[in-house]
Amino acid sequence: MPVISYIDAVTMAIREEMERDSQVFVLGEDVGKKGGVFKATHGLYDQFGEHRVIDTPLAESAIAGVGVGAAMYGMRPIAEMQFADFIMPAINQIISEAAKVRYRSNNDWSCPMVIRAPYGGGVHGALYHSQSVEAIFANQPGLKIVMPSTPYDVKGLLKAAIRDDDPVLFFEHKRAYRLIKGEVPADDYVLPIGKADVKRQGEDITVITYGLCVHFALQAAEKLASDGISAHVLDLRTVYPLDKEAIVEAASKTGKVLLITEDTKEGSIIGEVAAIIAENCLFDLDAPIMRLAGPDIPAMPYAPTMEKYFMVNPDKVEKAMRELAEY
Amino acid sequence: MTIEQMKMPQLGESVTEGTISSWLVKPGDVVNKYDSIAEVMTDKVNAEVPSSFSGTIKELKAEEGETLAVGEVICVIETETGSSTTIENEDLRGDEPEQAIEDAYNASEGNSMKSRYSPAVLKLSQENGIDLTTIQGTGREGRITRKDLLKQIEMKDLPQETAQPKVKTEEQTQPKPKVEQTSPIGTAPVHKGDIEVPVSGVRKAIAANMLRSKQEVPHAWTMVEVDATNLVNYRDSLKGEFKQKEGYNLTYFAFFVKAIAQSLKEFPEVNSMWAGDKIIQKKDINISIAVATDKALYVPVIKHADEKTIKGIAREITELADKVRTGKIKSDEMQGGTFTVNNTGSFGSIQSMGIINYPQAAILQVESIVKRPVIVNDMIAVRSMVNLCLSLDHRVLDGLVCGKFLARVKEIIEDMSKENTPIY
Repeated sequence: MPVISYIDAVTMAIREEMERDSQVFVLGEDVGKKGGVFKATHGLYDQFGEHRVIDTPLAESAIAGVGVGAAMYGMRPIAEMQFADFIMPAINQIISEAAKVRYRSNNDWSCPMVIRAPYGGGVHGALYHSQSVEAIFANQPGLKIVMPSTPYDVKGLLKAAIRDDDPVLFFEHKRAYRLIKGEVPADDYVLPIGKADVKRQGEDITVITYGLCVHFALQAAEKLASDGISAHVLDLRTVYPLDKEAIVEAASKTGKVLLITEDTKEGSIIGEVAAIIAENCLFDLDAPIMRLAGPDIPAMPYAPTMEKYFMVNPDKVEKAMRELAEY
Repeated sequence: MTIEQMKMPQLGESVTEGTISSWLVKPGDVVNKYDSIAEVMTDKVNAEVPSSFSGTIKELKAEEGETLAVGEVICVIETETGSSTTIENEDLRGDEPEQAIEDAYNASEGNSMKSRYSPAVLKLSQENGIDLTTIQGTGREGRITRKDLLKQIEMKDLPQETAQPKVKTEEQTQPKPKVEQTSPIGTAPVHKGDIEVPVSGVRKAIAANMLRSKQEVPHAWTMVEVDATNLVNYRDSLKGEFKQKEGYNLTYFAFFVKAIAQSLKEFPEVNSMWAGDKIIQKKDINISIAVATDKALYVPVIKHADEKTIKGIAREITELADKVRTGKIKSDEMQGGTFTVNNTGSFGSIQSMGIINYPQAAILQVESIVKRPVIVNDMIAVRSMVNLCLSLDHRVLDGLVCGKFLARVKEIIEDMSKENTPIY
């Protein structure tokens, strides 16, 4: 099985789906000739031509709006937001249109669109290039939000998102693009959206997280294992709607739960995860639910020292896991 | 002012707990050091607890009738002494009250989570019938974790053989009598008109000791018949004069104790104790004598009985019995016994099987002296006969040595006479 990077898994999934289904097309800023600022659509322009890989103006609202219209008409658009931070002008199209088409039209219309966007910090991107935006969309029924952590999950979930008959927000951690590599089968496969995945089995504490933080948790778990602490790691993969069953099972398994997000703490995805655990697992809890997240400040700072302070990193994760294990 | 804590004292070598039978002080009372503050009942003894401090009683920490482990706080005393130094300390720390508060907080922090139970822990403990107070928490600040319980449950599920060694070591390190075992609860039906007598501390102690001895010690039993005619004649010739001179009775029992002490000296095997991997032969010959009151049985000790005259023994028997009957017996007067003699004859018994006074190796019952026709030199004669019954720990003693020992006691008693048995 070939080992490829996270971003190559993105490209592979799009290419395979475009080859499989002529209705699939890509649109976004610099996605065509340039192949994307991160090279996520590299080579697609040459392979599929300008009609299926469309460079758009710098107008996110238009990118999303065109996508919604095309999708309602039976196309399968993959719209790219160059950075998740830039999604804000498109929010009206996404929340009020894409998310509600099926409901508003009494099931006559649907919006099978994927919006891809690189999110997350740790790349000295400061406030316009570092945000985690998932929480903004995570109480909009009609939307699905997928945030994979590994190249294998990227391919399987992006293909599933493209084939999904409703809008899916597909957030890719930009730092994971070239940092994370993994085995990805060359053949066609999809992974179920809405299903979390146990990335590591453990007995003492449960870590529930998503995206790049999954890797921090796995690294910390490895260190803790040498001290006899066994950590169970659940990767949410889909952060909206949440896989309640998997969350309850993972939390009940050890009774000690650490929730991690890179997003700022209050109102984040993990707050909802905590609520699910609190609703369902009271009598299995052995410790207060613990959260590790970014500080509640407006944006990722630019200064490296301050960015480091803001970001969740392996050391912070390890410290929190140890603290919970000792409780 | 300093607040001092009075703790349950160790009132005997094997004593692990004591019951406050009555308080002699109340909050607000001023006591001097060594003043008695409470009466405490331990294994077979009622003792007065002296105050370790002079000061004012602030708080009694236990109710009358409450049983506390040795070392637990029984009351709080505010003392006058040392007050000046405390004030100085306070002055020094005047600028840092937070520090003091923090120190106090930290001091109490060590086990502060011990009885904070998580929902998971409560659920598991209830489902599996686990008493959480018996579990040592490994979590932060002594908190019992879900894992601690899972371990406990796993241990319970293990087959007996693997679980046993742990239980054994616990018993060895903590030889605390399990009083609950005296009778399975609820087996005795109570009918209308029956009287339910609460089990007192002393009764509990007796029950625990008897049960332990009977369950742990493989008892064997033997009896010899002794012709005490000479002893009866000798004692009868002395008793009037003795009573007049000494002011107390010269009992047969003193002669028996003397004869037994002398025989123990010759057969040290009998004056010994089982100690698991060894047998300890005691150097001192300290005879425990059983003294009954209406409600309980006490065993005060005649120390170095082999070194005492019959008169000395008689006096000690009288004094100890008096103390028991008036409730003045002290715990140190009931400790150190190496062999027990029980005067069962005093209430007419002619044969009885004693339960060994743990951890001693044997108990001898002196039965009633009765006139019986016996064959002496092929003729029927009327003789004063007495049975001596010996219960022995068969781990320590065998029939042969006990037979020899009893034969020696018999010989001494049968030969007692004015010529060879001085009472002074």
